[in-house]
Amino acid sequence: MIPLSWVVTTSAILFGLGLYGALSLRNAVRILMCIELMLNSVNLNLVAFSRYLHPEQPRGLVLAIFIMTVAAAEAAVGLAIFLTIARNRTDIDVDNIRLLKG
Amino acid sequence: MVQLAWLVPLLPGLSALVLAFWGKRLARDGDWLGIGAVALAWLLSLGVLADVAWRGAEGSVGLEWARFAAAPGQAARSLALGFQVDALAAVMLVVVTSVSLAVHVFSVGYMEGDARYKRYYAMLSFFTFAMLGLVLADNLLLLFIFWELVGLASYALIGHYYERPDARYASMKAFLTTRVGDVAMFVGILLLYRHVGSFAFRDIFAAIEQGVIPAPSLALAAVLLFGGAVGKSAQLPLHVWLPDAMAGPTPVSALIHAATMVAAGVYLVARAYGIFAPAPQAMQVVAWIGGLTAIFAATLALVREDIKQVLAYSTVSQLGYMMMGLGLGAYTAGFFHLTTHAFFKALLFLASGSVIHALHHVQDMHRMGGLLRKMPVTGATWLVGAAALAGIPPFAGFWSKDEILLAAYRSATPALYWIGAAAAVLTAFYVTRATWLVFFGRPRDPHLFEHAHESPIVMTGPLVALAVPAALIGFWNSPLADHAFSHLVFFGEAHELEPSLTVTGLAVGGALVGVLVALAIYAWRVVSPAAVIRAAGPLYTLLKRKYYVDELYHWLFVQGTVALARLCAWFDQVVVDGLVNAVARFTQGLSEGSQLVDQHVIDGAVNLAASGTVAAGNQLRRAQVGYVQAYALTLFVSVVVGLIIFTMGG
Repeated sequence: MIPLSWVVTTSAILFGLGLYGALSLRNAVRILMCIELMLNSVNLNLVAFSRYLHPEQPRGLVLAIFIMTVAAAEAAVGLAIFLTIARNRTDIDVDNIRLLKG
Repeated sequence: MVQLAWLVPLLPGLSALVLAFWGKRLARDGDWLGIGAVALAWLLSLGVLADVAWRGAEGSVGLEWARFAAAPGQAARSLALGFQVDALAAVMLVVVTSVSLAVHVFSVGYMEGDARYKRYYAMLSFFTFAMLGLVLADNLLLLFIFWELVGLASYALIGHYYERPDARYASMKAFLTTRVGDVAMFVGILLLYRHVGSFAFRDIFAAIEQGVIPAPSLALAAVLLFGGAVGKSAQLPLHVWLPDAMAGPTPVSALIHAATMVAAGVYLVARAYGIFAPAPQAMQVVAWIGGLTAIFAATLALVREDIKQVLAYSTVSQLGYMMMGLGLGAYTAGFFHLTTHAFFKALLFLASGSVIHALHHVQDMHRMGGLLRKMPVTGATWLVGAAALAGIPPFAGFWSKDEILLAAYRSATPALYWIGAAAAVLTAFYVTRATWLVFFGRPRDPHLFEHAHESPIVMTGPLVALAVPAALIGFWNSPLADHAFSHLVFFGEAHELEPSLTVTGLAVGGALVGVLVALAIYAWRVVSPAAVIRAAGPLYTLLKRKYYVDELYHWLFVQGTVALARLCAWFDQVVVDGLVNAVARFTQGLSEGSQLVDQHVIDGAVNLAASGTVAAGNQLRRAQVGYVQAYALTLFVSVVVGLIIFTMGG
């Protein structure tokens, strides 16, 4: 059996990658992908802890499914917004999306 | 007829009302209405007098005007107003209405073409109403009300020619001077009310008889009441208004300032005799004021140049006689003189009015002369009046004046008799002087003389009508008529003084002396008037300047008031204004201090808060970079830091 620490480490690496990408990238689609990455690393965490702490009950699994649903919804909404922005503008560089800044 | 007596004042009152409001719409401005009302009142008064004289009828009506709730320990009090008719009132009614009627008729001629004809008649009727109301009043309060109305009417009529400043000042002077007396009178009335609890003469007299009022209070009240009479009847020292009041139209002078209104003071003393008689000190005051006024005014009449001024001072002097008579206890004599004087003085005034009218308002006697030829009726009637005033038998003045002198002669103060007798001589002198200067001798102003003409019948008619009583009314109280008047109007018991040949002889002799001296100076020119004036020297100046009374009053009261006003103004400006300004300055200083605190402390605090906020905002603004990722980084770092703290703290 794969030890818990491996899974957690993998999850932390994935989260760090996602975080880095979300904070540093300029392209909105890439940021969205990085966010997905962070969510999935959390999912991994949840599934692993669920397996190790309560093997008989699917508590963490349910939570992971919830997160996947939210992530799907978020991706749909986010992509829709970016699509609209892309239609109105030439790019979807987040630094240039500053219409609401005073 | 006595029951109808209330109609007597009412008729002229209604006429005054109608004239005042609708006079302009009536034919001839409604003078016929005034005359008609007074004529009716006159007939009624005659009926009332006949009733009272022959049937001994007396009557009174009254109504409760106001009731006051009883104060603790006192009976409830009420104010009743009413009329009463007795012999005194009945005689006075006839006197007032007779003279008023004559004046009303005379004025048709005298005031013809006057700009304020309607106002004149309205006020004349109003005056008659007020005077008749005064006569009939059965209590002091109602009497006082009518008394003031009379004063008001007098004010309006003296000021009839209000375009002329002298008329304006005269009306004001008359009003204010009489007001001085009225204040005293009102205090007297209140004093009596305090003791008696009623204003009615009947109650007051009854209370005095029961001795409710202590003697000093009674004397004080009587003297205060007399103060009102002094003002109204132009007695010393409040006589100054009457000569000035001659600024009014001459018929007004006849009605108000000779026959009726000034008689109101005498009438008051007679009406309230039950208050005076039991107060010997007050009686002394009345007698002495009267006597002194009689001689004082008579001397002033000697040197007047204006025909109306002579008559004015003569009136003051004769009123003094009446007061003296009343003060000496000669109730009947005093009132009888009032009656006769009303007729002959009204006659004299109206005759002088006729002369003035004929000469186009020239009043200076030195510009007249010889007018008897031009104005026979006026002249003849004047002669009757003059003889009555001088006390020549058998004219009216002789009988009444003789009675007063007789009373003085028999009284405890013979000094008053000699004063009265001396005044009688002076009276004969000045009236003869006036008569000669106006009607006899050479015309001194030919131009005026040429244009003089006898007055129309509407003016001479009243003169003739007044000449009859002026000549004959004296017999009413003569032995020939068995002293009928004495048995009609009396106080206490009717009595006649035993006639004295000395008094009568001296009176007639004195009158003749006065007449002869005047004739000697002015007619026969034994000594020229100028020489007499030179011989009199400063005395003449003193008389000419009316004993400097006007100057004294001007200096004392007018200047005094002005000085007092100045003092008050100074006090106002310096002390009161100073105080106010000091308070203002203090308040201003306080507010300036408050402003400083406001601006620097409170505003400072507010501004500090504001600028602090601005500064804080400026600092915090830097955090708002506008990059979502920067925020996300901050969030992440914060969460990490928070977690570390949480873990370490946990």
